[in-house]
Amino acid sequence: MSTATFSGPKKSFLSGLPVISHLNKSVGLQRGMLITGLVLTGFFLLCTILAPFIAPYGYSQLSDQSGSFPAQQAPSSKHLLGTTVGGYDVLSRVLWGSQTAVTVIVVAVAMSIFLGVALGLLSGYYGGWLDRVLVVIADAIYAFPSLLLAIVMSIVISHGQSSFWGGILACAFSITVVFVPQYFRVIRAETIRLKAEPFVESAMVLGASSMRIIGRHIFKNATRTLPLMFTLNASESILTLAGLGFLGFGIEPSSAAEWGFDLNKAMADASSGIWWTGVFPGIAIVLTVLGLTLVGESINDLNDPRLRGRKRAGGKPSRSAAAVGQGGNTGAGTGSAAGNGTREAGNA
Amino acid sequence: MTSLIEVPDVEPVAVAPKRKSGQGGGLGRYIVVRFFLIIPTIFILVTLVFFLMRVIGDPITAAQGGRLPPDVLAQRIHDAGYDRPIFVQYFEYLGQVVTGNFGTTITDRRPVVEMLSTFGAATLELSINALIVALAVGIPLGLLAAQRRDRATDAFLRFFAILCYATPVFFSGLLLKLTFSVWLGWLPVAGRTSTRTELAMSSLAAPSGIYWLDALRSGNFAAFGDVVSHAVLPAIALGFLTAGVFLRLVRTNVIGTLGKDYVEAGRSRGVSEFRLVTKHAYKPALIPIITVMGLQIALLLGGAVLTETTFEWKGLGYQLVQYLNARDFVAVQGIVMLLAVIVAITNFIVDVVAALIDPRVRY
Repeated sequence: MSTATFSGPKKSFLSGLPVISHLNKSVGLQRGMLITGLVLTGFFLLCTILAPFIAPYGYSQLSDQSGSFPAQQAPSSKHLLGTTVGGYDVLSRVLWGSQTAVTVIVVAVAMSIFLGVALGLLSGYYGGWLDRVLVVIADAIYAFPSLLLAIVMSIVISHGQSSFWGGILACAFSITVVFVPQYFRVIRAETIRLKAEPFVESAMVLGASSMRIIGRHIFKNATRTLPLMFTLNASESILTLAGLGFLGFGIEPSSAAEWGFDLNKAMADASSGIWWTGVFPGIAIVLTVLGLTLVGESINDLNDPRLRGRKRAGGKPSRSAAAVGQGGNTGAGTGSAAGNGTREAGNA
Repeated sequence: MTSLIEVPDVEPVAVAPKRKSGQGGGLGRYIVVRFFLIIPTIFILVTLVFFLMRVIGDPITAAQGGRLPPDVLAQRIHDAGYDRPIFVQYFEYLGQVVTGNFGTTITDRRPVVEMLSTFGAATLELSINALIVALAVGIPLGLLAAQRRDRATDAFLRFFAILCYATPVFFSGLLLKLTFSVWLGWLPVAGRTSTRTELAMSSLAAPSGIYWLDALRSGNFAAFGDVVSHAVLPAIALGFLTAGVFLRLVRTNVIGTLGKDYVEAGRSRGVSEFRLVTKHAYKPALIPIITVMGLQIALLLGGAVLTETTFEWKGLGYQLVQYLNARDFVAVQGIVMLLAVIVAITNFIVDVVAALIDPRVRY
């Protein structure tokens, strides 16, 4: 395992090979789910990139040459999905909303991976009082309803009012605070496990510095669960962003399009039977989260040999299986890593 | 002196039966240790929330700044003691929290404890309703999915579970409202009761705040019907969010136990498939389900904030948003604290229940 992962081609890993190798490995239903997820995610990313070109209007555009847009107009040829109570074009806002979502996901997940991985490595490697303090704090945050934490954070960071980047950063920071403990836990557990491995010991014997051991030997091996966590957290961060927006702690409509905010405004419309202002942003959220979750779930199942394939398995729930894997019994984990390694080596 | 000599003799005797009955003493110790682990959790959250809230400034400027002349504002800040060093305030706050005093809200000048108990009842009612829906939907469907593993039913149900998770409460709430309230006109759009019922129940002595209970006690069946009809949509919206989690949980665990030898033995003895799933495989699968169910309380409470806002259900979550918008941070702090304590205590109870069921959990 270690040779494959060590000499294993890092570049091909980065260029998205995990997903491709999973696709090759999958069969039947699992394959269907993975492909559905990939298609939905691809569509979502496509919308993000193409939003400036395919959106008929700007996200905060209220009028064009023929005059200002009517408010709450039903879907028509001019406004394919109708207009909102504020006179925005629903289709345009849905499309632009994907851009906001992607920006927030990328910023939030990047920050939480960076912080969580760094803290997890240090805490797991050095142990001691730093480890204890961090674990207690992480556990306390982890147990807390994430949306509440995000609300409190967004109030603290942005004081409620927000520009585009201000709002995005506030949302991203709030989501980061929620996610850091998750990465921290996983990476810390992996680090503690790897610290006892012979290859770390031999590096110590050779006189490698702690930084080098952490950076080269442990980091590379501890982070193989990250693609999975990334997809799962991406979907969760979309939900958190939408929740924040829905409660009115998100981004102002004039600075960016945000699905949750639009749903908030649409709530009042629903009572009078105006459905198009809420249904379309809602569908956008559902499809995006669905796509990302399907990808994440499939990767999770395929990584676990007991859930992969179709033979009867004496499997435990994936959660506890993952916990066991981190805890020290590495049977399942090593198996899947070896699978990944050989697959990567084979592809390279 | 004699007693001192006797001690070493008694000691091994006392220990031996302890080891023998073993688990009882171990469980007691486990519960005590686990209970004291709640304290640092709550302490950290109290500290975190306190300092986060103070980063923004003092609560009075936040709530009323700009609306009061500067000298009145300064006087109020001074009266409330917010101009003292932050650590003095922090320790004073800790002292107050320990004695159960969470202060008075700034905007409507109510004791926070009273506010919490009023709105807490509504949130409790919503959570219980949602939990009932979640269990009633999640467990049978999970059993079905496990039994039809890898067939079309299973595929559909797994997809349904992910869909439950992927749909934000406020969107499912919106769809439910549109369908059942606006188009079909069967159920009310929002709120906990109609005004008439509220009046009927207001005459009740010592109301519990849990409306269906109060309506039953008042003996007014029209009122009860009204309360129930208001409760249906929020309960479904929030319940389906958790139902997806339960479905998957039951499915994975039952699949796990279905592969066990004793199930195979049961099958060879001619026990029906239905009975195998519902009796033999289901019960051992319950242990992890109970554990994770407790962890869902955080998800449920977070979802409750959104559900209450969606349906104007006047509980803690709805009120939290109102207070946040009014910048009343004393009230916000109180609500956040209460929710944190609830989560910490639930996790404690879950751990104890898990230890009761499965002796291996105890350390």
